[in-house]
Amino acid sequence: MIRRAVRFLDQRSGAAPLLRKALRYLFPDHWSFLLGEVALYAFIVLVATGVYLTLFFEPSLAKTTYHGTYAPLEGVSVSEAYKSVVDLSFDVKAGLLLRQTHHWAADVFVASIVLHVMRIFFTGAFRKPRGITYFVGLLMLFTTLLEGYLGYSIVDDLLSGMGLAIGYGVALSIPFVGANLALLIWGGPYPGAPVFESRMYIGHVFLFPILIGTLIAVHLALVASRHHTQFRMDRRASQRTLVGVPMFPGQTPRSLGLMLAVAAVLFLLGGLIQINPIWLWGPYEVAQGTNGAQPDWYLGWLIGALRLVPGFDLRIGDYTLVPNPFWGGALFPLIVLAVLALFPWAERRMTGDHGFHNLLDRPRDAPGRTAFGAAFMTWILLIFVSGSADRATVFFGASYVAQIWVYRVAVWVVPVVVFFVTRSICRALARSDEIEEDAEQAEEEARAAARRSRPQAAVATPGEGTRGP
Amino acid sequence: MRKRHLPLLVLAALMVTGLAHAQPPAGIARPGNEASIPLLSLGAQLFAGNCASCHGSDGRGISARDPQRGAGDIEGIGPSLRGVGARAADFYLRTGRMPLTRADEEPNRELVQFDGRELHALVAYVASLAPGPPIPTPQPQIGSVPEGLELFTTHCAGCHQVVAEGGIITGARVPPLDKSTPTEIAEAVRIGPYLMPAFSTKTISDSDLNSIIAYVQSAKHPDDRGGWGIGHIGPVPEGLVTWLIAAVAVVAACLVIGKRLGS
Amino acid sequence: MRQLRALVIALLGVLRLRRTAKEQQHSSKGDDERIVASAPPNRGSELVVVALLLAAAVCAVAFIVFYAIDDLPSHTQLLGLSFGLALAFAAAALIVTGHRLVVSEEIAEEYPEPEEPEEQEAVVEIVHESGDRLTRKRLLGAAAGAAGTAIGLAAITPAASLGPGIETKSLYDTPWRRGRRLVDDKGKAYAATEIEQGTFYTAFPENAKPDTIGAPVVVVRLDPAALQLPAGRSGWAPQGIMAFSKVCTHAGCAIALYRKPLFPPVQPRPALLCPCHYSTFDPAKGGEVIFGPAGRPLPQLPLTVDGRGELRAGGNFSGPVGPSWWGVREDQAS
Repeated sequence: MIRRAVRFLDQRSGAAPLLRKALRYLFPDHWSFLLGEVALYAFIVLVATGVYLTLFFEPSLAKTTYHGTYAPLEGVSVSEAYKSVVDLSFDVKAGLLLRQTHHWAADVFVASIVLHVMRIFFTGAFRKPRGITYFVGLLMLFTTLLEGYLGYSIVDDLLSGMGLAIGYGVALSIPFVGANLALLIWGGPYPGAPVFESRMYIGHVFLFPILIGTLIAVHLALVASRHHTQFRMDRRASQRTLVGVPMFPGQTPRSLGLMLAVAAVLFLLGGLIQINPIWLWGPYEVAQGTNGAQPDWYLGWLIGALRLVPGFDLRIGDYTLVPNPFWGGALFPLIVLAVLALFPWAERRMTGDHGFHNLLDRPRDAPGRTAFGAAFMTWILLIFVSGSADRATVFFGASYVAQIWVYRVAVWVVPVVVFFVTRSICRALARSDEIEEDAEQAEEEARAAARRSRPQAAVATPGEGTRGP
Repeated sequence: MRKRHLPLLVLAALMVTGLAHAQPPAGIARPGNEASIPLLSLGAQLFAGNCASCHGSDGRGISARDPQRGAGDIEGIGPSLRGVGARAADFYLRTGRMPLTRADEEPNRELVQFDGRELHALVAYVASLAPGPPIPTPQPQIGSVPEGLELFTTHCAGCHQVVAEGGIITGARVPPLDKSTPTEIAEAVRIGPYLMPAFSTKTISDSDLNSIIAYVQSAKHPDDRGGWGIGHIGPVPEGLVTWLIAAVAVVAACLVIGKRLGS
Repeated sequence: MRQLRALVIALLGVLRLRRTAKEQQHSSKGDDERIVASAPPNRGSELVVVALLLAAAVCAVAFIVFYAIDDLPSHTQLLGLSFGLALAFAAAALIVTGHRLVVSEEIAEEYPEPEEPEEQEAVVEIVHESGDRLTRKRLLGAAAGAAGTAIGLAAITPAASLGPGIETKSLYDTPWRRGRRLVDDKGKAYAATEIEQGTFYTAFPENAKPDTIGAPVVVVRLDPAALQLPAGRSGWAPQGIMAFSKVCTHAGCAIALYRKPLFPPVQPRPALLCPCHYSTFDPAKGGEVIFGPAGRPLPQLPLTVDGRGELRAGGNFSGPVGPSWWGVREDQAS
């Protein structure tokens, strides 16, 4: 059977050599190498559930009156888009399950990309020959943020409308071209032309998914052509020799298992934990707003930044140059992107290391990089957490204004502390490793010496250069 | 995400100190043999012992800081209660908002300090000071929930959040309405306690009010057909679920499938 | 009965034969000739995998059954649980397969060559030699650049039709004109006497689209003696009644919050707030920012009271409404 299928395929495509190579493609075995796969599987779930949702969604802002299953909205004036999502949630069998799974998948997709980027960063996997792979990954992360934003914005509920207002404010604040750009995208001053809804829709279900899909393809092709990095977990592993489990039979059931596990988590969440219950938020009007309005978590760092920046526009006389939302909403994410993108170059400059690296560092092996990464993450994390200071006030009663001031100071102080603390921890760990290795080596030599039964003292070699290229 | 807990812990500590402040420093002053005292004079005595240091004798109010501290060493300053009627007295006392420890703190829902007869006596006493509005009797059962949603979104959601889960304004915390009874909501809408706007019947008619209350009542048990409601405040708890449940689960799956360093 | 027994025994015999045959086949090749390393069978794990796969099948069938039943309480939960568990069982089966049933030996092989200098050289050579015939490379390059740039620009030119992107004057547009009445969301005009202190109202321009950024205003009334409006706004607040744009000058959310002290001596002063980033504006000072990220005051709409006691706009706003942009002038409103 299998022989016949392979022969059939090979005779018509010449695929057998390729297939053989692919089946024996090696995957180094470490749990953290699976984080990128998690993102890929979340993306597959997103596409599958998303296609289903498009079959019911009506991308139109035309006003209609809701008559349907959900009594608390009976007779309320809503948009077609909003109504179609309420109908999908209440009247389409399994519609709510797929909608919620889609939304959870988006949240988990970005979370897994972030975890993946952290793994790449802290192990130095971004170094040559994987520079382009890393850039493509970063590009994907930021594209994904926009894609997610469009996704929850097209529903036209109260929260999505408020989010769009902020998006408009940020777009408008971009120096020189902001006004032109915002007017072009929205088709007019906020809330824009009715066709703006279709623009978001085509972006969300076509342009961005295609872009992300293409980037994923490029990313995977680059990974495959340069092969994976590896930890020094096996004696055979080196800069030139890759040790791993072959795609088939070893890796295939594990990867498929992981795919199903990711899908299982997403569908269980989709069925059991409610996400974005737009029927509770109600429809959006320009003149309305709700307290505690937040974006999805992956844009939380931006709302934190928007709230922390003190109130000023850059102005000459009464002529505004840079309005306030630019700092937190546009400049801040661009700085984060730039730092991540330029880090490999900066590291090469500072260490003078331009070589190829197939072996990964453990975080302690590169104290400077690890400390910088930890400090940088702390910076973003604090700004992120400050974005929910209002909910912290609701739950814990601490004054909002006081919290904002604490954060305004902490986001600059804490990362510096984290930098030095992390660096000294890394150095201490690396030193204790060296001592341990020295001891082991000394012991071994002593044993060898004893075996040769010569009365000669074992001398430990200096411990430097035991790790890394 | 480890570091996320740190601010929360700090906040929890702040909260604990905040709670410690919410009790009157010297406790409630009560006359002996309460049961034998007629209602109005019990009210007058309780008022003198627990309220007058801020609201003045006979509820006339104290408009500037009184150099002579009142009962319980309270630095008294407070509004006049003449004409506020049973409505305000009932609202502030039945929700435990009064008495306050300090005149300038935010009155929040607390443990009620008085028993049933004492409340009754105090409300009757305050109502007797000057003619004022009675305790309202709203009829949410004749209100319309959809209209209530629209009115609530326009007038209330900016502070109380659209599912009435509470929120903030700069300078104060806005309470969630999950514990508010229809009567309390009707009272608060008309009184405008602390920093809340007061809405007269010209802005929110009695029938509008019935709809708003009907909506708030329905928002206490919203349609959670999507599953566990995680607080009905949207993205913040959703983000927590993403990281604390979903991310933990998928990382666990990775750990089960892949090799760990040192293993 | 006996026949049945015989049949079962025969069947078992056949199965056993097949298995031994398979096992023999399994070990017939020496380890050196194999591509995939050999390992002993693990029948216990096989059973576990079978059980997990069957559990997955049961859950998946349950999903279909739940789907088919109407009027099931907690429909979404049952659907999610059954399908999620089906996937989870299948995942577990595959993971057990990966760990216990297939060989997952770790193989060593060489990384691909870090670079191929000869190939690089060949590519360079191809390009160079192909251009041998060209004598005016710079000129050709410049011409090609010009054509490429121009065609590129031409290709994106239609994007200018997306909106009024060149002319940004429309950002200043508001429907407010001198004499326009303030109406509520049902179109009823506001009378000055209706506006009370200690509360807030949302008003829209009469006979204009309500859902534009320039339309909604929030109306409040303060004690006229407490007002400290900026110079040039005398007469903008008849009887202390003031109107401000309901759209935040920071990022465009609705100013849906009004705080007012019940007992002013010890409580914060009246303020209008935006719920998105908590910018806080002081109506008594003409919408000045007192907290938060907003960079300029809330635009104030001058008001007048007409002969019938109704509120009308006395002109346009004190400044542009909504979020700012490069080049916006604070005092300008059209």
